[in-house]
This record gives sequence, C-alpha cells and structure tokens, in this order.
Amino acid sequence: MSEKKFMKGNEAIAEAAIRAGLNFYAGYPITPATEILEYFAVHLPAKGGVFIQAASEIEAINMVYGAAAGGARAMTSSSSPGMSLKMECISYIALAELPCVIVDIMRGGPGLGDIQPAQSDYFQIVKGGGHGDYRLIVFAPSTVQEAYDLTFESYSLADRWRIPVVILGDGALGQVKEGIELREKSSVLIEKPWALSGAKGRKSNRIVPFNLEPLELEKMNLALQEKYRAIEKSEVCFEEVNINFETELIIVAYGTCGRIAKSVIKMAAENGLHIGLIRPITLWPFPCDEIRYWACNFPNKKFLVVEMSAGQMIEDVRLAVGDDKKISFYGKMGGVVPTPEEILEEIERRVLC
Amino acid sequence: MLKEEKILSRPEILTGKFSFCAGCHHGTINKLIAEVIESLNLREEIIAVIGVGCCATMYGFWGVDIINAPHGRAQAVATGLKRVHPDKIIFTYQGDGDLAGIGMHEAIHTSNRGENITTFFVNNGIYGMTGGQRAPTTLPGAKTSTTLSGSEGAPIKMCELLETLSAPAYIHRVALFSPAEIIRARKAIEKALYAQMNNKGFSFIEFLSNCPTNWKMTPLESLEYVKKMTEYFPLKVFREPQ
Amino acid sequence: MKKGKIEINFELCKMCEYCIVQCPMKLIKKGDGQNQGGFFPAEYCDPSGVCNACKLCGIVCPESAIEIFKIISDDCDGNCGDDCKCGKGGDDE
Repeated sequence: MSEKKFMKGNEAIAEAAIRAGLNFYAGYPITPATEILEYFAVHLPAKGGVFIQAASEIEAINMVYGAAAGGARAMTSSSSPGMSLKMECISYIALAELPCVIVDIMRGGPGLGDIQPAQSDYFQIVKGGGHGDYRLIVFAPSTVQEAYDLTFESYSLADRWRIPVVILGDGALGQVKEGIELREKSSVLIEKPWALSGAKGRKSNRIVPFNLEPLELEKMNLALQEKYRAIEKSEVCFEEVNINFETELIIVAYGTCGRIAKSVIKMAAENGLHIGLIRPITLWPFPCDEIRYWACNFPNKKFLVVEMSAGQMIEDVRLAVGDDKKISFYGKMGGVVPTPEEILEEIERRVLC
Repeated sequence: MLKEEKILSRPEILTGKFSFCAGCHHGTINKLIAEVIESLNLREEIIAVIGVGCCATMYGFWGVDIINAPHGRAQAVATGLKRVHPDKIIFTYQGDGDLAGIGMHEAIHTSNRGENITTFFVNNGIYGMTGGQRAPTTLPGAKTSTTLSGSEGAPIKMCELLETLSAPAYIHRVALFSPAEIIRARKAIEKALYAQMNNKGFSFIEFLSNCPTNWKMTPLESLEYVKKMTEYFPLKVFREPQ
Repeated sequence: MKKGKIEINFELCKMCEYCIVQCPMKLIKKGDGQNQGGFFPAEYCDPSGVCNACKLCGIVCPESAIEIFKIISDDCDGNCGDDCKCGKGGDDE
C-alpha cells in the first residue's frame, strides 16, 4: 500500500531519505537545492533524526563525515558551487570508506553562474572533484519518481559498499512538481562493526584516511580499486528506449536531457526517423559495455550525446564507442535547457539519420 | 619487610611511543588527557577527533575510538559524531593552524552553537608539522620560516575571542612550563570532561605550548619562551561551567 | 620519612632533561646508553635512598616514561597520616 503525493523533486528526495531511515542531515541554503534543507528542518526531527543548518557547505559535509563515522545514515545536499567546497572532505570520506548520500542539484556555472539547470558538474562529481584516486556511485534520476526511488535505494547501496552515493540532479528536476508514489518498502539496515561508538567491549576503531608509510597507503588504494572493480561489475544501471536493428541514431543523455530525448524520439518517429536512447542511470559505474556493444556490433549506428554542458559525459561515450567519427554532440551551457524541437532540428540539419 | 606501591605510571590507554619531538608539550598534553580519561574510567566512552598537524599521528598510540579530520574541520566532525552519539564523550585535539587559521570558521560556529563537546587547543605560536611557518598566534617579532625579519601583526587570542560568545560553557587557558602549571592543566582537562559529562555545553582548553624544534631551542630553553607567551596570552579561567 | 623510587623507560625517553632539572634531590642525570630512537635516556641513580616520591619528574615528563613507586612497610595500612613512621602518608601533591 503506497501513498501518492504531488511533490517537488527536492522534496521527494528528502522524503525518500527520511523513509529510508536517515539519522542525520546537515546542509546549507543554496538555490536550487534549498527545499531539501527546509524539508528536513520541518520533518526530520519529528522522525527522530538530527537536523543541523550548518554555517557553511564545508561545515555541513564535515558533520556528515563525523555522523557517518559514527555509523549513522547521513546526508547533505547542495548545488554546484557548494559541491566544489565539499570536495576535500569527500576525498577523506572515500578513503575512510564511509557510507553517506550527497545530493547535487546542478546549476549553471562556472563561478557563481546562475540558478538555472545545468549538467556541468559531471567532471567534478563523476571523475572526482577531490584529490586522489577515488570513485563515488553516481545516480542520475530524470523524473521526480526516479529521484525518490533512487534516493531510497542509495542508503543500502552506500552501506553495503561503504561508499558515498551521489544523487546528481539539476535545477529542473529539483524544482518540478510531479505526482509520485511513495512506495512502502523497508530499507535494509546492516551492521557497522567498524563505526566509532566508544570502544566498549571491543578493540578501538580507527577512521584514519591517512598513512605516512607509502606502502601502507598503496595497500589502502589497492583495496579501494578492488572494491570499485566489483561495483563496476554489479551496479551499472541504465535505460534503453527504442534501440533495435532499425535504430540509426542513438542519443546518449542523462537526467533532464534523458527525459527531453524521449520527446525527441517520439517526434522523430512521427517523421519516420529511427532514433533510440541509452540513458545512463548510474554515471559511475558508467554503462560503457552497453554502449560498446551497440557501437561494435552495429557499425552503422551513430551516437548523439546531449548534455547541458560543453560536453563532459561525451568523453566517457567516446571511450566506450572507440570511434569519434560516429559521435556528435549537442550541448547547452549557462543554465539553458534545450527543447526537443531544437534537438530534432539539429539532427535533421546534420543529417544524423 | 618493604613493598613498592606504584603511584604513577603510563596510562594503559596509550598504546605506543609518542611521535612528537623531544620535550614537546604535545606529549605532556597527551599524557594528561590519557591520565584523566583513565582516572574517570572513560576509555569506552571516548571518541577522539584529531586535527591536522603534528597531532595527526596520534591514532598510532591511542587505544580509543579515533578519527582524523580534514584540516580545520575537527569541530564539525565532532559535532556530527556527538549528535549521533550524545552519550559519548567527544573531544577535538587541534593545533594553532588547525583551529585558529583554517578552522576559525568551525571554531566560532561550533562554540556558538554550544555543542556539548570539548576542544583541546594546542597553541605554540608556530606551524610545527610543516617546518615552522607563521601561525595566527605567532608573537610579534618572532622569526619564522615565512617571517624572516620578524612577524608582524598581533596574535589571535582564542579564549578572548570565544569569551565574546554567550554559548560556550567553559573557557580556560593553561600552560605547561612548570609542575604547578601542569597540575593546573590536568585539573582543567578533568573539569572540561566533567562539564561534557554533565551536559554543560562547549568546553575549550587552550594550552600554551612549546615547539623546541622550530623555535630552534632546547626543550629547557623553550620553557622560558612559553613563559614569555603568557604576556600576550594570560593564563586564566575565562568562563566557569555553571 | 617517605621513601620512593622511579623507573625511567629506556626506549621512551627522548632526553628533554625536564626531569633532570625538576628532581629536588638531583637523582637523575644524562645517561650513557643510546636507545632505538637515537637518544641517550636519562638515568636515575639513588644510592643513598633519598628519593621521596615527590613525583615532580613524572609530572613533567612529556613521554609518560617514568614510573614512580612509594616504598612502604608491607604491613602498613596507610592510615597514619602525618604520624607516619614507616614511610607512607601525607598528601601526594
């Protein structure tokens, strides 16, 4: 039995976190993510969780580091400039192998940019804006329902793999209101024997993302890499739309662009054009095997990458496809959202199919 | 027949040799905190949050739950831990760069929120770990590796700064240059941990400390310089826990 | 008269000399042996048995390297206070 509600993306993400057993949230106001902070301020303490409005983005992520080290389910949220501030601590959390969920509702950049939707944080979130060799699991929801579902799942995933999970949305997703089902599920709680809770009846625990002995630090890194290979094998998630033998052009797009691409496909079909979509749902691990499959086995298929950026995910698509001649790009920067009409016009103009 | 009664020994909570230089007051402070924790039977309740600096290697010789925080952020990390484990005793251990430099934001806001944690602030007026650069608490005229002709500008007085906030419960500056001062410092540590155990709010102990290596002095000479520091940093209780 | 003795941990001492300066009976001196850390640890020498377990050395030691003992009669119950005749009693500080 589940509830139906008309909610903003930001609110849905917060509600999902609460229902998944969130213990601790610390955040800072930033457009277009502020509703997440405010939703928690109203609803989280009533559910027994801790809410803190931190005095800075950096303070917020460091509080999450502490809470996660204590074994709690912890979250922070922000938008692009705030994510830049959090990077040092994210690097610490990654080596410390602590689970937590971080929400980035992307906006136009660089700099203070604007407050409209963008996808120009791909590099900093997926490739690691912090220092060192680390990865984060990155989810890219494209609807409010998906934002709710993925946020709900993110805690068990984070706990199981001891890794931060990012919910990478954009201002459109954060602000749009849709009717969604708040599905009743129980979140899987797991034991955390490594957590800091006072060394009662056990050896003391250490959360120390640091070792001055290079061979020891190498070992820690090798362990991380082994974990990342295992995640790549089992946690890839994507959606395919209309990909078959007739498909001439495959759009690769995520989040809001993935949703816009579905409209492009519908409109194109009316014009007799065979266009499909691979929509990565995990940006890391990236569905490179899937893209590579279509590129290698069907050499006549072309790819069009659509992003609200100067082209960031396209680099991963290029790696997967292995042939730049097959790949085109359509992007909008600065917080501008492309329309399905202009994308279709571009496809026709370039005679991509 | 005579027997021997041990009246002072190394706390068992300390599990190895200190990583600090000869004569460094980090060692003295670590020892005092360990003695107090052991005497109050708090080993199983403690979570230590360590800053970046010479103290960052403390995890190697402390047998309590422990975490290393990013530079300047120990008090935010401690806040997260305390809010999810309010019954545990949480302290931060930070040097002058960590707390009064990069961590000044966290220092002000954590104490202003009155978080029920304890901060041990080690002030030796220099950046030790990185080889002796100027700190926010460096005395005027001091020659450091980045102030070769003498440091300019006044040192920041953390106790005085925090005293302007109404929230902190206990603020005390101590030193360690003589047995009497060391005994006073130990009592301050005990008082701070009691304040936390009794939910009094934020407690802050500033230890005037030495850095023989980067001050380019012998340990005994460095004790005289710490006495000089008290001209700028008076030793006193700025606020008593109520 | 109280009597006491100390033991300085050879490997922990870093020869800062704080204890040497603090001992009111001058029972500690620079040692000749070298430890793993490259230091020449302080040595305690009390042939006349004058250490009175004042604990000043232990208080100032930054390495927590000094153990301090009171030497008392094994039938003492510690209740004599200032009238102590066997070597125990009075305040430690």
